[in-house]
Amino acid sequence: MKKIVVLAALLTFALAAMAQAETLKLLTWKGYAPEELVNKFQKETGITVEVTYSNNEEMIAKLRATRGAGFDLAQPSQDRITAVQEEFKVYQPIDFAKIDAAQVIPSMLEAVKKNTQVAGKSYAVPFCWGTDGLIVNGEKAPGADSYKALIDEKYKGRVSYRMKRPILVAMGFALGYNPFDLYKDKKAYKAMLDKVSETLIKAKPVVQNYWANGDSLLESMRSGEVFVAMAWDNGGWKLHAENKAIDFVAPKEGALGWIDTFAIPAKAENTAAAYKWINFMLRPENAGYFTTQEKTGTASAGAGKFVAPEVQADFDRGFDQAAIDNIKWYPPVPAGLEEMEGQVLDKIKAAK
Amino acid sequence: MKGSRLAFAIFLAPVAAWLFLLIVLPHVDLLLMSLRGKDELGERVWTLANYMNFFTEPVYWLTFVRTALYAVITTAITFCIAMPVSFYIAKVARPRVQGALMVLLLLPFWVSELVRVYGWMILLRESGVLNFFLMKLGLTQKPVEMLYTDAAMILGLVYTSMLFMVVPLVSVMDSLDDSLIEAAYDLGAGKWTIWRTIIIPHCKPGITSGAIVVFMLTLGNYLTPNLMGGKNSLWFTEQIYNQFIASFNWNQGSAFGFLLLALSSLIIWLGLKLSRQKLGEVAS
Repeated sequence: MKKIVVLAALLTFALAAMAQAETLKLLTWKGYAPEELVNKFQKETGITVEVTYSNNEEMIAKLRATRGAGFDLAQPSQDRITAVQEEFKVYQPIDFAKIDAAQVIPSMLEAVKKNTQVAGKSYAVPFCWGTDGLIVNGEKAPGADSYKALIDEKYKGRVSYRMKRPILVAMGFALGYNPFDLYKDKKAYKAMLDKVSETLIKAKPVVQNYWANGDSLLESMRSGEVFVAMAWDNGGWKLHAENKAIDFVAPKEGALGWIDTFAIPAKAENTAAAYKWINFMLRPENAGYFTTQEKTGTASAGAGKFVAPEVQADFDRGFDQAAIDNIKWYPPVPAGLEEMEGQVLDKIKAAK
Repeated sequence: MKGSRLAFAIFLAPVAAWLFLLIVLPHVDLLLMSLRGKDELGERVWTLANYMNFFTEPVYWLTFVRTALYAVITTAITFCIAMPVSFYIAKVARPRVQGALMVLLLLPFWVSELVRVYGWMILLRESGVLNFFLMKLGLTQKPVEMLYTDAAMILGLVYTSMLFMVVPLVSVMDSLDDSLIEAAYDLGAGKWTIWRTIIIPHCKPGITSGAIVVFMLTLGNYLTPNLMGGKNSLWFTEQIYNQFIASFNWNQGSAFGFLLLALSSLIIWLGLKLSRQKLGEVAS
């Protein structure tokens, strides 16, 4: 009798699992799947989107642990795809026949195709772009327009940045190197990293804290505990909406430009839904809504007229033509570089 | 007889499967991974290099020493605070108050560690609650940065581990016969002598088990040092995380994991030797 009850219970569970609607398991960054668009997508296609928030490093670790299973779609940055794909094979090539290419800015599509190529196949479609630069409190730190402000004695205890690879690259530019040219030459890159770490260790008293969480950085800027920070442009613009003194500044060495993409994990279960979501998110009105919400530029062509004017004003204020031309776009990171950088980052954080 | 053995096996099976599948197997996998590495040509080979790296690169072992040292300090401070608290709960307070006090101790643990740490951050930060009152009372002219220091980090760690020291101490103190303390008073012993010769020796097993739990929890903590410690607070667990997540070097990360396990066991073994105790007695 008991056995029958157990069996019946198991069967109900199995049936319940099967009866559940079609789902898309999305591994993405916070803010990349606004609730309104998720609901709209479900109404249109009947597919429920299950969102998991992550960042580049954790995304790679998660997919690596399962060899590309567990998610139908991921959103890594374009420079972090080739090395990972070569070594761990966690993605599958994009079938560009299923992408509505007319919706994507052609130059960006081409650039991403080229930068994510492994063995003749491309692994990603561009979704959005933004930059790493400075967020400056203009009242407390007027005129800060260089990455050098992050090591400036003037702002002792009032500086914050993330102890991750962007600060190493930015400081490399500030010290007169071109880190992206050195990517190919590991020895020269190491020499640059040593110089950068020496500079950052010496400038440690200038730092209030190394931020790890975007919201907590914004809180520190808002409360006036931090004057100059290295962070993403959209954070600066969010603060500008509350306090006119705080704004994003594209440093004179050049803001560091990234493009986040759509990439399909190797063992995705529902690739059809993944392609549907990609085309849905790049549709001009949806991309425009995303840009207005998150203040992050989109790869969608023609989204411009769906972007709220005040958000467009942020972009125009932050980037004049010269600043746009000066953006340093991250090229693909070769394998082995991250290990080197990891050690340097540990060394800086451990130093007194 | 046979039937009961079968029933025992059936009930044991899930536990055994749990232990084997979720604890033993992953550890074997990690151990194997920690022994793998790349040679100069990029080929994957068996090697001890991951373990050697720990000893040859000062950043790594210094971080471990620092972490272990702070864990010991945290354990000591927790003990000093927990001892009088548990004595009050076990011996001084009336039974009804006892229950209420234990609930008060437990209450903060009903919310997650993350929320508790954020609570402390709101209190201690430069534009935080504490600074606001200090300024209002005119005690300081300028807000003081209290967060992001080693002291703040230890405060957070002690707060997080208090309960794990108090509970074993209360339970051993419950079994201490009050008449022993009264007799000592009658015979003219001072407070300090009573603590030193009666209470502490009696509580030894509780102290040791509490200290082991607190030490291990602190050593393995990731959240509190990371959020409250600030720019100089590299904790060993963070280094393991960095190896896995930031450097993609799972081999090195697993080697660090095993080193953490081995070295912390060694420290506890040393502690037991120094206080002349046996693990079996402590556990009973």
